[in-house]
Amino acid sequence: MRLKNSVPACALAMATLFGSPAQAQISGDVIKIGLITDMSSVYADLDGNGGVEAIRMAIADAGGAINGKKVEVLFADHQNKADIAAAKAREWFDTQGLDMLIGGTNSGAALAMAKVAAEKKRPYIVVGAASSALTNDQCTPYTVHWAYDTVALAKGTGNAVVKAGGKSWFFLTADYAFGAALQNDTSTVVKAAGGTIVGSVKHPLNASDFSSFLLQAQSSKAQILGLANAGGDTINSIKAANEFGVTKSMKLAGLLVFINDIHSLGLKTTQGMYLTDSWYWNQNAETRAWARRFFDKLKRMPSSLQAADYSATLQYLNAIKATGSDDADKVLAQMRKTKINDMFAKGGFIREDGRMVHDMYLMQVKSPDTSTEPWDYYNVVETIKGEAAWTTKAESKCAVWK
Amino acid sequence: MEILGIPLQAFLGQLMLGLVNGSFYAMLSLGLAVIFGLLGIVNFAHGALYMIGAYVAWGALEYLGLNYWAALVLAPLLVGAVGVVIERTLLKQLYKIDPIYGLLLTFGLALIAEGIFRDAFGVSGQSYPVPELLQGATNLGFMVLPNYRAWVIVASLLVCFGTWFVIERTRLGSYLRAGTENPALVQAFGINVPVMVMLTYAAGAGLAAIAGVLAAPVIQITPLMGSNLIIVVFAVVVIGGMGSIMGSILTGLVLGIIEGLTKVFYPEASNIVVFVIMAIVLMIRPAGLFGKEK
Repeated sequence: MRLKNSVPACALAMATLFGSPAQAQISGDVIKIGLITDMSSVYADLDGNGGVEAIRMAIADAGGAINGKKVEVLFADHQNKADIAAAKAREWFDTQGLDMLIGGTNSGAALAMAKVAAEKKRPYIVVGAASSALTNDQCTPYTVHWAYDTVALAKGTGNAVVKAGGKSWFFLTADYAFGAALQNDTSTVVKAAGGTIVGSVKHPLNASDFSSFLLQAQSSKAQILGLANAGGDTINSIKAANEFGVTKSMKLAGLLVFINDIHSLGLKTTQGMYLTDSWYWNQNAETRAWARRFFDKLKRMPSSLQAADYSATLQYLNAIKATGSDDADKVLAQMRKTKINDMFAKGGFIREDGRMVHDMYLMQVKSPDTSTEPWDYYNVVETIKGEAAWTTKAESKCAVWK
Repeated sequence: MEILGIPLQAFLGQLMLGLVNGSFYAMLSLGLAVIFGLLGIVNFAHGALYMIGAYVAWGALEYLGLNYWAALVLAPLLVGAVGVVIERTLLKQLYKIDPIYGLLLTFGLALIAEGIFRDAFGVSGQSYPVPELLQGATNLGFMVLPNYRAWVIVASLLVCFGTWFVIERTRLGSYLRAGTENPALVQAFGINVPVMVMLTYAAGAGLAAIAGVLAAPVIQITPLMGSNLIIVVFAVVVIGGMGSIMGSILTGLVLGIIEGLTKVFYPEASNIVVFVIMAIVLMIRPAGLFGKEK
């Protein structure tokens, strides 16, 4: 069975190796962009099909072809498994002639794919995953981190909440690498701003019931309940916090909350909550125009990740246009020296560690009576300037940023 | 006063919450036990039926304006009807062959159902409000218990013991039990065994739907809510003894409480404690705590 499959795969690999003339600037006479993300499980609404559609929109806006060479998109579901993600990435690089890989949600999967992309020396733009390790101790010359990371989330929400008087914190943390990183990064920020950490409790991923953990949080007498989790876990903790009256004595700080989470919880349950995000559809005329195009296709507003998928694809294609080549090193060098100005980011740039530096936004969830239309959920209360949002050079352990 | 370093109040609070979760385990494992006991089918679609029950409640409110109480009646009927279709068209073919086929079939059905709902509604899920009558909370002295959670305990105990009574203490129940022992003989007495088996599966599906409606206001309704829960529920059934009605009810409640306490003493272990207990029970009593060795 395995042998049978590998015969056509080999043939295909040979075809891509020998089929294209050596002098061609665009390898394989086609530009291939791949997205590997969670398409079916807990994070599928944040990126998933919407992410694929956003990439297609960027390709269409870039003209569908560059110098007469077609641009194609491949996508796959990694089912939140790092080994599947890495194997798929390897397969695409080896047999499909993939030119650029976009990494979707799930930090474990994203870190695994970073290793493959670095080994194959192809550009790898991470959009959906949060772990700041991607551009810190696990940075590579080929990884670019586009939308957000745990450090930016911690700095944004952590600082704002302490400034607003939330001095003592209790964490409800998802018991895996991402949750621990988010709690750690936020604790550092809170302490630096003069706050204290009263305690924390770890819950298993995809926990079915949070009431027990919330009761522990409540008895800690902390002012702030920091939710160092994501997706369905965040949604269910917020629901239970309301039900058990925890929200009467404590304020919630969602450390990773997307607009899809707010949409499914409703404003009544989430009003007043602070959160940090890289983009919001209802910020200005440009974001609104793009979001409405997206809405026409998918009947829901885009998340920040989907907007970032669009932006990353567009900037990559612009760099190919400028250099006339899809050679990884040439394109990355071009991307690094060009300022990023599109509907996702203004004046953004890619740092040596791979971090795409741009402004982040602190938002507060609107109350039901101030929301004027469906998906009108946030007030942008503060713009966190790019210089202040991310890991600094002093804090970084990235080997290529020295 | 403290118990194992935890204030008594907090301890009692956690006991109460464990009981709430145990109620869900009891109700779901009860349905599984009924189906396994009477049909010999390991119903892996149970989680999906529970999920569909919750979606019926949400859909009834969203599209038809029917409230919670109507959903509590409508969902088991609708899901029960789905159960009838599954039993008549698919499961019926499998009674005479290896039980593994029933398991595979129902597992496949669960995946299909999840896929359809995921495609239609996405994975972030839907919110369902707590019914007006049960909003608010009651101060029990040691904790503030939301009224809805108290209702969950009462409702599930009623459903569980009602089911137990019907099967163990009524004439209908004795037909059912006799039908599983010797269908040919029971048929000879003029009882329509195939219809009885069909209705049993429908009733099991209906129980899952009731649990789904009860869960709708407390957790996010998502296509994956069933598969997150079903593995634990299977462990509960195995610990209680496959097919033992009272066993699955009691085991469900007790394991809910044990799990709740684990969340206080060692939260990291809270999602495996049930399986550790399962392993120990299987070593000591392979047929489960309340099961009979065959």
